[in-house]
Amino acid sequence: MGRKEDNIKKAKNLMNKLNNIRNIGIAAHIDHGKTTLSDNLLAGCGMMSEELAGKQLVLDYDEQEQARGITINTASASMVHTFEGEEYLINLLDTPGHVDFGGDVTRAMRAVDGCIVVVCAVEGTMPQTETVVRQALREKVKPVLFINKVDRLINELRVTPEEMQQRFIKIISKFNELLNKLAPEEFKNKWNVKVEDGSVAFGSAYYNWAVSVPYMKKTGLGFKEIYEYCNKNDQKTLAKKTPIHEVILDMVVDHLPSPKEAQKYRIRHIWRGDKESELGKSMIECREDGPLALMITKIIMDPHAGEVAVGRVYSGKIERGQEVYVVGMPNVNRVQQVNLMVGADRIPVDYVTAGNIVAATGIRDAIAGSTIADKPDIEPFERIVHISEPVVTVAVEAKNTKDLPKLIEVLRTISKADPSIHVEINQETGENLMSGMGELHLEITEYRIKNDYGIDIVCSEPIVVYRESVAKKSPHPFEGKSPNKHNRFYIEVEPLPENIVKAIYNNEIPQNVKKYKKEATKILQDLGMDKELAKGIFGIQGLNILTDVTKGIQHLFETRELIKEAFEEVMKSGPIANEPCQGILVKLVDAKLHEDAIHRGPAQVIPAVRNAIYGAITISDPILLEPIQKVFISTPQELMGDASRELNQRRAVVKDMKTEGDMVNIEAKAPVADMFGFASAIRSATGGRVLWNTENMGFEPVPKTLQNQVIRQIRERKGLKPEPYPPEYYMD
Amino acid sequence: MSSGELVFVGLGLYDEEDISVKGLSLIRGCDRVFAEFYTSQLVGTNIGRIERLIGKPIEVLSRDEAERGDRVLKSALKDKTVFLTCGDPMIATTHVDLRLRAVEKGIRTRIVHGSSIVTAVPGLLGLQSYKFGRATSLVFPDKNYSPISPYYVVKNNREMGLHTLVFLDIHAEKKRYMTANEGMDILLDMERNVGDGVFDEDSVVCVVARAGSSDPLLRADRICVLREQDFGHPLHTIVVPGRLHFMEAEALVRLAGLPKELAGKLQKL
Ligand SMILES: Nc1nc2c(ncn2[C@@H]2O[C@H](COP(=O)(O)OP(=O)(O)OP(=O)(O)O)[C@@H](O)[C@H]2O)c(=O)[nH]1
Ligand SMILES: [Mg+2]
Repeated sequence: MGRKEDNIKKAKNLMNKLNNIRNIGIAAHIDHGKTTLSDNLLAGCGMMSEELAGKQLVLDYDEQEQARGITINTASASMVHTFEGEEYLINLLDTPGHVDFGGDVTRAMRAVDGCIVVVCAVEGTMPQTETVVRQALREKVKPVLFINKVDRLINELRVTPEEMQQRFIKIISKFNELLNKLAPEEFKNKWNVKVEDGSVAFGSAYYNWAVSVPYMKKTGLGFKEIYEYCNKNDQKTLAKKTPIHEVILDMVVDHLPSPKEAQKYRIRHIWRGDKESELGKSMIECREDGPLALMITKIIMDPHAGEVAVGRVYSGKIERGQEVYVVGMPNVNRVQQVNLMVGADRIPVDYVTAGNIVAATGIRDAIAGSTIADKPDIEPFERIVHISEPVVTVAVEAKNTKDLPKLIEVLRTISKADPSIHVEINQETGENLMSGMGELHLEITEYRIKNDYGIDIVCSEPIVVYRESVAKKSPHPFEGKSPNKHNRFYIEVEPLPENIVKAIYNNEIPQNVKKYKKEATKILQDLGMDKELAKGIFGIQGLNILTDVTKGIQHLFETRELIKEAFEEVMKSGPIANEPCQGILVKLVDAKLHEDAIHRGPAQVIPAVRNAIYGAITISDPILLEPIQKVFISTPQELMGDASRELNQRRAVVKDMKTEGDMVNIEAKAPVADMFGFASAIRSATGGRVLWNTENMGFEPVPKTLQNQVIRQIRERKGLKPEPYPPEYYMD
Repeated sequence: MSSGELVFVGLGLYDEEDISVKGLSLIRGCDRVFAEFYTSQLVGTNIGRIERLIGKPIEVLSRDEAERGDRVLKSALKDKTVFLTCGDPMIATTHVDLRLRAVEKGIRTRIVHGSSIVTAVPGLLGLQSYKFGRATSLVFPDKNYSPISPYYVVKNNREMGLHTLVFLDIHAEKKRYMTANEGMDILLDMERNVGDGVFDEDSVVCVVARAGSSDPLLRADRICVLREQDFGHPLHTIVVPGRLHFMEAEALVRLAGLPKELAGKLQKL
């Protein structure tokens, strides 16, 4: 039996020894060495050839990943590691670093309990480092730190041992600062990393060595020795004497929690159901003999196996041939294969138990975010909150009209595999819109449609998505009449305060307000909302709230769901530009209803309320919001002028500028719409000597002077009449 | 005043022959005829037959057009325009809003009444119109709309000893008509949801099918008996009786087959 087969057997046996499992992610700023590290961990554990590891990036097995040298998809891999005489099963997820694929990082964080944050010793903590730490902590995933590319510090930058120490100290304190800023209350100051206890390691993923204080005690090799070996150009010996997988996996086992430990505090955070119920207890105790609860975090499209659903089993076990439910879907799904993952390989097993990561086929109705159970109606897991949303859109057209049906199918498949791609299919106009996180994201998806699916397509120039909101409170209630004129609804809108918008975005307010009304009301009141308004809440759609402040109107309660339907419809497509609404509080202030139930049904109430909301927005200083990016630029002093010029042409506002040595670091913010093509523009302006990256930071109002022009452009593009309708239009 | 006129003509209950002579002669003398059939339908006829009778084409309005009303109003501004509806134009589905808008535009308006289900049903059953409380309608339950208020209408009427006329939903465009059987099921469902004890399987209700036709069907009995029966083609209507006057009791026994012992009980309620 080869070492790999032997390990697979061990892995299967370890699956239900809960204290001997670690589910971890690897996350970092782009290019800091996550995949190189993951590969070498796998190789060190005998799961792949040591020759290939790190050089060929086995976990970046996708063609586009190989071609571009970046990770696009989270890859999972399991391995076995021995620590203090005991064997441990490590389930590892290698996540992408590029901002455009940040959605994958967030989803991966739901599946793991701990995380290795990799920071490049040369670049130090970067914007994306902060983002991944934020993503981890939001899911109560505990981080440890690996400072990578130490070899470059010594061999390329030729720093002195003292300077090296200084850099390490700086990175570590910056990292702890982040932890303290972002950690959940209960872990503040408790999760700090420390050199002495081995929750920080240093090394070179590329040359396959690392050190930590506890491991130094075993080998006697310290910073001094490392420095010497590197200087001598003998990192091979280092790799033998202090191999990276030993050091890093020791750190993982020693400092990151087992599923049993982690589920005690994580379940409360990711599941709103009754903690005293059988399922609640079983999840908190991570029991394999309890009911099944599995959360899917990724769908992989496999050319042979079809759709593979990857996720974390929180309770019970999932077996081959088992009948399961995807919560919220009507049909029973039958599980076909159940696998553990090793890179691109899936290893079939009979079942996978609570506390592990599974890859299963046959769960047809699952998407990333689905809850899988052995009963149809369990409380689902909380939705995953992403750092940013898809804000860039292209129109996709099939070159040959006969390909259109196939294209629609492919677009649907793609958005299932990559939930950060949103598609909007319009059967009537034949215009299909595809939104993603950024230009690169869409470019890669376009390539896949052409090459992997063989459909010849043309994509439009990228455009951004907008949001509609209001700048002030309605001056008076707006009256909406039903088509039969026998029912009237009176609506007022106002801007929702920033802290409430944030709370909705962060999923702190239960979306199902019908079921969790008391809880929602209390949270809103705590956030400063007026008591009457908070008590009347009966709908949340996107980042908008619907509340009923009427009193004692007969029969009104019968029409509530219809009012909600109209509210949801308007919030998905506002009156100014048919873009989604955001940050609006919609108040029902009065209603007059027909005496008979038949004359106040859906065909009457929905249009009446819809018009009332449209009208109320129209009279409340409607504004258009556009997506904004942070832009970080690191430029040599002498190219400052060129870099600034590029920014100035793009409505950018410089927030901060710092000089470090002969480099200047600029932090700016700019509208995404004006940042298209920045990559090639700045490359040619500065001969590629300027390093830069961006990060989406939500929406801000389009400047007043531009608003009408932008609205007109959007409306014309959508085939609407150029001006939005005046309030009178919604009165009748 | 505009030169045109808008006349609302009720077609009555069942087929083209229910129209009044006055209505017919007005139609024959007018310029344009509109009709709406989305709220109710003359089950015993079709548009072709009505057109043959009146000798003119009818412009049938969609729900949207009828509710917006602009087509009708535009015509009535200069032409003699007739607006045809089932039953009596201002009763079950009121078109008063259209009339008011015509008045506002200076258009002369007029109503030619037709027979209405509101009077036909009590008439057929021999129930006195003085003794009806508020009428109500049952709607096909929908994901987001299944009103419970009809239950309370019946409840309040009953407490005062009054009868309740219960209309049953019509989706004319889908040719879907609620049967009395479905109506009884909905009433029992409401009882299960509310539980104020207004209905049970032994409650007496009256069913009228095809009022206005030559063979209207009348039944009065306990729900458990009626639920099993087939009342034939639409339209169906239900009456939940309150306290019966002795004449009403006798009529229900003779005309609608109400078992005698139940008639006795209903007089003492
Ligand atoms: N010198 C040196 N180069 C390294 C080291 N680790 C990684 N690299 C190189 O850095 C580049 C990026 O490495 P990856 O492992 O692909 O980085 P990543 O973090 O997975 O990148 P993304 O997934 O795209 O964010 C590659 O060219 C690696 O060979 C290291 O320790 N030393
Ligand atoms: Mg990578």
